[in-house]
Amino acid sequence: MTNISVEDITGDAPQQEPRTDWKQYFSFSTDHKVIGIQYIVTAFILFLVGGIFAMIIRGELITPESDLVDRSVYNAMFTMHGTVMLFGWTFPILTGFANYFVPLMIGARDMAFPRLNAVAFWMIPIAAILLMASFFVPGGPAQAGWWSYPPVSLQNPTGNLINGEVIWLLAVAISGVSSIMGAINFVTTIVKMRAPGMTFFRTPIFVWNVFSAQIIQLFGLPVLTAGAVMLLLDLTVGTSFFDPTKGGDPVLFQHFFWFYSHPAVYVIILPVFGVFSEIFPVFARKPLFGYKIVAISSLLIAGVSGIVWVHHLYVSGTPGWMRLFFMLTTMFVSVPTGIKVFAWTATIWGGKLRFDTPMLFAFGALILFVFAGITGITLSSVPIDVHVNNTYYVVGHFHYVLYGTVTMGMFAAIYFWFPKMTGRMYYEGLGKLHFWLAFIGTNLNFFPMHPLGLQGMLRRVSSYAPEYEFWNIIASIGGFLLGVSTLPFILNMIGSWIHGEQAPKNPWRAIGLEWLVASPPPVENFEEIPVVVSEPYGYGKSEPLVAEH
Amino acid sequence: MDSSIISEESDHLSHEHNHDEEGSKMFGFIVFLLSETFIFLGFFTAYIVYKTANPDWLPAGVSGLEVRDPAINTVILVSSSFVIYLAERALARHDLIAFRQFLMLSIAMGSYFLVGQAIEWSHLSFGFTTGVFGGMFYLLTGFHGLHVLTGILLQILVFGRSFIPGNYDTGHFGVNATSIFWHFVDVIWIVLFVLIYIWQ
Repeated sequence: MTNISVEDITGDAPQQEPRTDWKQYFSFSTDHKVIGIQYIVTAFILFLVGGIFAMIIRGELITPESDLVDRSVYNAMFTMHGTVMLFGWTFPILTGFANYFVPLMIGARDMAFPRLNAVAFWMIPIAAILLMASFFVPGGPAQAGWWSYPPVSLQNPTGNLINGEVIWLLAVAISGVSSIMGAINFVTTIVKMRAPGMTFFRTPIFVWNVFSAQIIQLFGLPVLTAGAVMLLLDLTVGTSFFDPTKGGDPVLFQHFFWFYSHPAVYVIILPVFGVFSEIFPVFARKPLFGYKIVAISSLLIAGVSGIVWVHHLYVSGTPGWMRLFFMLTTMFVSVPTGIKVFAWTATIWGGKLRFDTPMLFAFGALILFVFAGITGITLSSVPIDVHVNNTYYVVGHFHYVLYGTVTMGMFAAIYFWFPKMTGRMYYEGLGKLHFWLAFIGTNLNFFPMHPLGLQGMLRRVSSYAPEYEFWNIIASIGGFLLGVSTLPFILNMIGSWIHGEQAPKNPWRAIGLEWLVASPPPVENFEEIPVVVSEPYGYGKSEPLVAEH
Repeated sequence: MDSSIISEESDHLSHEHNHDEEGSKMFGFIVFLLSETFIFLGFFTAYIVYKTANPDWLPAGVSGLEVRDPAINTVILVSSSFVIYLAERALARHDLIAFRQFLMLSIAMGSYFLVGQAIEWSHLSFGFTTGVFGGMFYLLTGFHGLHVLTGILLQILVFGRSFIPGNYDTGHFGVNATSIFWHFVDVIWIVLFVLIYIWQ
């Protein structure tokens, strides 16, 4: 048995010429790495589609009048923007990274069920094409918002089986089935396929967080599916589950919806927390502070996530005692989350920080997350929520979570792992330009939504009173800046993938099994399955003296 | 922190670290069933919410559901769980004849249940769109019925596969998974039966 030291991992081993066989990404591949990139690229294309919808929304809102698009088109825009960004961007891109890196990080050759994995991926483009096809059916796409509350969602053109809302439900169902398949695969892979010696408490935090997130998928998604099936039946065959005039209960749909869709926030954000936990120790050259408690806090978040959903229903006739209970459980989420923020801060504290693009994005995302967390706590409080319910305050809050934290966190992941995935280095200058445009754009776009909400501007409106104009102009400028910020990113990614400098095995001098293999990794990942003998994040005295960059 | 964070085996041992494929499959299948349980829990919750919130729960003209035949059906279905267990036991001791006999019995019992349910459906005076009760009744029994049908098809499949020589020599994943699925279908039915037929 030979020992491999940190120097071996971080050394500049000769690299093979990166693969350039782009056709494999259009095939039914069962290699988890190909599938990972398929997910990531598909998700990014959908991110651009959702972004175009966002540009139209911000374009409409730059003036108080409703003058850019029809109201029904506007309704479709915010509905499709939310749907595409959540089901097309955040979930698939995280699944993509999990697909690529979980097997590498745990020392496995592939996922537990490679074919199931491929099937799960190919359902995403099918769902996306189906969703886009709804632009061409009578009445256009769904207009009831991404949450599709009845009775609004039941008012789509009646007597017509093929309408936007039905297509919306089918597309969401397909992506849900795909996610459940993925969840089964991830949970099985992580439980059953860790390399010898890789105990749970030697597993990287990213893997812990993917595991915790996928557990939420397993219990949450089926409940949303139950609600979606009932809504679909109401819409198509005329049952009356959510029709109050026939004994149905529309609020029950809200419970079904949020029982999954609030925990879904943690499904999205836990892997991002995992990315933070991978990046901060590397760029601070310090071990992750409180590894075990950070790991356990992920499971705690997953557990508590199942009992917070009613905070979306404070104003839905929910009795006072229930509001109090869910206010407390919601606030409790800030405990394990706070532990993580504390641990990352302590990790960075006194470290030798290097602000390469991945670190910039991770650090920026952390700052934005702290802000999002604070507004989140205010929203969990019943009196404040009742005041700002359905206003732009809420929109501002969740965009700080979903753009500020999740999307910025995903960009951190892309830059961090780009050399590993492609075997090429990205252009640092373009990366930094992307970061600053995105960071300034995020704040310009989403901060004004808070004062707007506090002043009473409702969400989902295409026209508004003139006193809201100032902040809306700022928000729209920020929005367009965000749109522009993706251009250097696209340029960087395509340019680097084709012409980038060849990347060493481990450009960041990071510690972890994924950095042990070539960039990009060979088909079966490891020549020999490694045997793990210690905890992750061993940055410190033993770190290599020879840095490779 | 030890400077050697990872050691790699240089001998053939790592090649033997093929993951336990049967174990993974079974684990994955059980995770899938847990996930399925939550869909049923969603429907059960909806049923309980509607029933407790609606004073006029049953459709006009319907005084209640007939319990006797569904109760007999229940006994047959639940007993079949025991029969498929006997089939598994027979396979474990390589008694293929007994395995097939028990499996056929279990398939017959499942089919009896499905036919019984179809007959019950054909006699009911309310439909899928007759209020929330009608919707919930057909949704629950129909969704469960689909699972029974799937279970029967799986049993036919493993029955057929028993005629391929050597097929069950190395592992019984297909049979064990089918059996677990069948137990799952039975347990769900017990809850469903109590909710719909007993708690009227």
